[in-house]
This record gives sequence, C-alpha cells and structure tokens, in this order.
Amino acid sequence: MSLEIVLFYLAALVALAATGLAVTRTNASHALIYLIISLLAVAVVFYLLGAAFAAALEVVIYAGAIVVFFLFVVMMLNLGRSAEEQERRWLPPKMWIGPGVLSAVLLLEMIALIAGSDAATSGTPVPPKAVGIELFGPYLLAVELASLLLLAGLVGAFHLGRRYMRARREEIE
Amino acid sequence: MTAVNVPIEHVLILAGALFAIGLAGVLVRRNIIFLLMSLEIMMNACGLAFVAAGARWAEADGQIMFMLVLSLAAAEVAVGLGLVLQLARRFDHLDIDAASELSG
Repeated sequence: MSLEIVLFYLAALVALAATGLAVTRTNASHALIYLIISLLAVAVVFYLLGAAFAAALEVVIYAGAIVVFFLFVVMMLNLGRSAEEQERRWLPPKMWIGPGVLSAVLLLEMIALIAGSDAATSGTPVPPKAVGIELFGPYLLAVELASLLLLAGLVGAFHLGRRYMRARREEIE
Repeated sequence: MTAVNVPIEHVLILAGALFAIGLAGVLVRRNIIFLLMSLEIMMNACGLAFVAAGARWAEADGQIMFMLVLSLAAAEVAVGLGLVLQLARRFDHLDIDAASELSG
C-alpha cells in the first residue's frame, strides 16, 4: 500500500470526525473551526484524487471565503455564553436518536447499493488547463448562468442586509 | 504528481457519510446558523461525489460541476446569512421555528 493511499484514508477519517464534531457543537465559533478542518481534509482528498484545481478552490472559496463569512456573522450577532446555554437546552442528546437513525438507514442503503462495484479511480490527474478548456468551451452557458446566480445572490444579500444596517443605525441614534 | 488508485465506492461512501451527517444536522438543529452550516456540509459532499466521478474517468467535467456547486453554495450562504441577520433583529434569537409564519 503506497503512502498516498494511506493519506487518502487518513484524510477521509479526519473529514468524518471533524464534520461530526462540527454538527454537534453548541458554540458556533467552535463548530466553524471544525468545519474548516473538515473542508481542508476534503481538499486533501481532492488533491489525492488528482483534482488539484478543485482542491485549491475548496481551500480558497469554501474554507477561506464561505466559512469566514459565517464567522463574520457570528461575530456581528455577538453570540455569547447565553446563546450557548440556550443551544444546550434546545439540544438534549436524545434529540439525535430519530434523525440519526433515519440518516444512518439512508447511508446504509446507499452503501449496500454501491458496494461490490469493482471500479477504481483512474489514477490520472486532471490538470487545471483541461478544466479551463472545458469550462470555456462546452460549459460556457453554465458559467454564464452561475454568474447570473451569483448576481442574484449579491442583490438579495444586499437587500436583506441593508434593512438590517439601517435599523441598527436608528437603534444607535 | 500522480493520483491515487482507490476503489471509487470508498470515495462515494465518504461522500455519502458526509451527506448523512449534514442531513442529521439539518433535521436536529434549531439554530439557523447550524442549519446553514449543515447545508454547506451536504453541498460539499455532493461536490466530492462529482470530483470522484471525474477522477474515475479522468475527465474535467467532475471538477466543473464542483465549481458550479461551489457558486451555488456561495450564493445560498449570502442570502441565508442575510436572512439570519433579519431573524436575529426581529426575534432576538436564532430559532428557525420563529420564522414559521409568513406574515410580512
């Protein structure tokens, strides 16, 4: 077994553990730190699978932009110890049983369905150049639609956030 | 750089397990910030499945679908966190059940 394969399974374990911890935390900032670890582990998996460009995007956009945006909002809301207490009251351990069993059943079904296929990953990396050529060739329309979606998200977030900022200013005055 | 040669079902099982953890989070949590985080985890798992499929056939399409999922996640989180700010201002807490009425 080569080093890369060991690294793959190690990164997979880290991703699973960090994601599980992120979902079960009561403190939002701690959960976000665990989420960053999980995303970095998935980026390692991407790199090992030969998708170096996707790994870079995972680090830069997911861990770098999206989670930091979450952190900004958590800091803005100033969630303190009282929020943590409230979260603990909302989340008694027995709450996890029902949803946990349901999602575990779905996961086991999926494992049963895909187990036994003898396909393996190709072992050939896909360089960023190939991704770029495909992206601005056959997928040009999808890129335009994605940019439209991002514009819609920008306008929506600005609209929602502007009302919040105006209300905050009136509160301060 | 060479890529690993692992069975594709192991990568898909990892993606499915991450998706299941995110699904359990969406079902259990009441705090809207944790709900959005769980949604991000689920979308990331979908992206992992796409990249795994791309690695199976050594094609770029998987990574392109991952980029589209990424832009969807970015747009979703921008609007979602805007809604979080509104919710926090109106109700002083982040319980998603408080937003169960559609009165303006």
